[in-house]
Amino acid sequence: MAILEVRGLTKHFEVRPGLLKRLVGEGRERTIKAVEDVSFSIGEGEIVGLAGESGCGKSTVCLLVTRLLEPTAGEIIFKGAPVGSLVGEPLKSFRRKVQIIFQDPYESLNPRFTVFDLVAEGPRALGLWDHKEIEERVHAMLAGVGLKAVEYRERYPHEMSGGERQRVGIAAALILEPELVVADEPLSMLDVSIRADILDLLRGLSARLGFSCLYVSHDLSIISNIADRLMVMYLGMVAEIGPIEAVIGKPRHPYARALVEAVPAPDPRYRRPVPKIHGDITRPIDPPPGCRFAGRCPHVADVCRVDPLPALTAVGKDHFAACHRLGELA
Amino acid sequence: MLLELDNLSVSYATRAGPVQAVDGVKLGIGENEVVGLAGESGCGKTTLIRSLLRLLPKGARVTADRLAWKGKDVQGMSDREFRRQIMWNEISLVPQSAQASLNPVYRVGDQVIEAIDEHASMSPAAARARVEELFDLVGLEPRLISAYPHEFSGGMRQRAMIAMALVLDPALVIMDEPTTGLDVLVQERIIRKIRELREKSGNSILLITHDISVIAEMSNRIAIMYAGEIMEVAPAIELFEEPVHPYTLGLKNAFPSIKQIGKPLISIPGSPPNLLNGVQGCPFAARCPFAVDQCRNERPPFSEIAPGHVAACHRAGEAKMMRTQAAEKETWQFSKSAA
Repeated sequence: MAILEVRGLTKHFEVRPGLLKRLVGEGRERTIKAVEDVSFSIGEGEIVGLAGESGCGKSTVCLLVTRLLEPTAGEIIFKGAPVGSLVGEPLKSFRRKVQIIFQDPYESLNPRFTVFDLVAEGPRALGLWDHKEIEERVHAMLAGVGLKAVEYRERYPHEMSGGERQRVGIAAALILEPELVVADEPLSMLDVSIRADILDLLRGLSARLGFSCLYVSHDLSIISNIADRLMVMYLGMVAEIGPIEAVIGKPRHPYARALVEAVPAPDPRYRRPVPKIHGDITRPIDPPPGCRFAGRCPHVADVCRVDPLPALTAVGKDHFAACHRLGELA
Repeated sequence: MLLELDNLSVSYATRAGPVQAVDGVKLGIGENEVVGLAGESGCGKTTLIRSLLRLLPKGARVTADRLAWKGKDVQGMSDREFRRQIMWNEISLVPQSAQASLNPVYRVGDQVIEAIDEHASMSPAAARARVEELFDLVGLEPRLISAYPHEFSGGMRQRAMIAMALVLDPALVIMDEPTTGLDVLVQERIIRKIRELREKSGNSILLITHDISVIAEMSNRIAIMYAGEIMEVAPAIELFEEPVHPYTLGLKNAFPSIKQIGKPLISIPGSPPNLLNGVQGCPFAARCPFAVDQCRNERPPFSEIAPGHVAACHRAGEAKMMRTQAAEKETWQFSKSAA
């Protein structure tokens, strides 16, 4: 059963022109269509990778799924209950069961809190356990992320390396026994030799504690290492979603193909093929109708330039791509 | 040889004592080659190149047995002479976070022309033509010459910085993390451009990055740096296929590859040593599963493994055994509890 179901998720941001332009009657409201009609689900214990370039809407999806932002349209269903209508106790429980790990361990930890307080803050705020139990659980959690409690509990963030801080961030998220963890680029600030450790840690804890994970990254090498399924986004829309081997092994959407082929490999004999797409990623401000990728797509046809967005179509087992021209490209 | 470094060391004076940021580096860069310098943050990569270019802050002390450009030791040269004769004309730099290195209130083209004016005598028309040529080379539209930095995307700014570094056709271009922070499609395009440019001009490049994939793709030779010291230098393919130093072996294990989905990664336990007051013995000893007492007490000399392949490891002779064992996860768990 899916622990999280997202249906038709849409988020638009209105951008008002500056005061001066409004005073002289110039300028108009513009709309950033950050996320457009996104649907996916995450199964129990599953790790879904979300990839795409800067500005594709990855982080907005994270904020929507964790209800840190209200969607413009669409539904998020967590364990059978629509998240948008939660209030009171059920909302409190949702806040505990869905946790987020942030990108930057240098900025996401309160510099005035010790490690112990950082990890204990969640349980204290939710009034989960008594003093003694909180202490026991914090110590167990710190051990779980590979930090010795006696050595680390009284340290402040500035006394730790990036890898240690990210472990603290993970401990603070996992102590609440979440059922879904949203990890937004948790490794991008860390050194290579430490990344493997944190990946292992997340994967191991996910298997042991049984939580599901939405793992967001622009780095497909890392996602291919941890995720069961992969979703590729482009300017707010889902281009392709499917089992990791299928999407990486045989991507069907022209953008997903370009993105996968552009990933370098740690092999001096390997040369990346020249991508067939042109231009740069733009911003989703008042995008033209039709497929968001049409402007850069080597296979663009007239049908791609009219609304609505191409729908996700099955191209294999659990494997979907949103492209009008799949039939001709196969 | 264009550039030769022997026993180059840099220390910073701090309140707590001297920090040995670069220690005894020996490295050469020949004509028409790309040398990759890989290492993690804080390993001294940036300090090393800043010491070459005399861009270090006050309080930094540089010593070397030899620091030669085209066969001539330049240590005796005054900073002024060095900037006149060598900087930009002979060696140029694409700095780290090049994206933030453009002045936001000047047109990008004017900033490139300024670099020409500082270091060469060229008529305004010739300088303008040179900028147009370079913009074309790096794939920027000519109209962008009179645009401001905020009109450029991250990838475009990076290409503008590369254009600026090439303006006087230097023999060596030093690139400090030229693609870090860029999306992979933009990164691919920049690397392809750099490669094309090199095929045309034959400049040498010293490429500095922590991204092993980028280094693998671009370099003829690779140097691996750790805690201020060079651990291993080898031709690119040899370094990947027959690495010797345990740190290189560890880095290789830790790097994910899209070509091997779900490959178990093995990280290196522990963290780099504190460089305050320098390190005794091999700096990697505390994290190395193959370390013996000698490693903790004596600094390993460079041993020559094959022509052009050196490694600073006391146990370099046992490379075959180390390669086999380093592929096993258990090997690296020796000090997990201590780390």
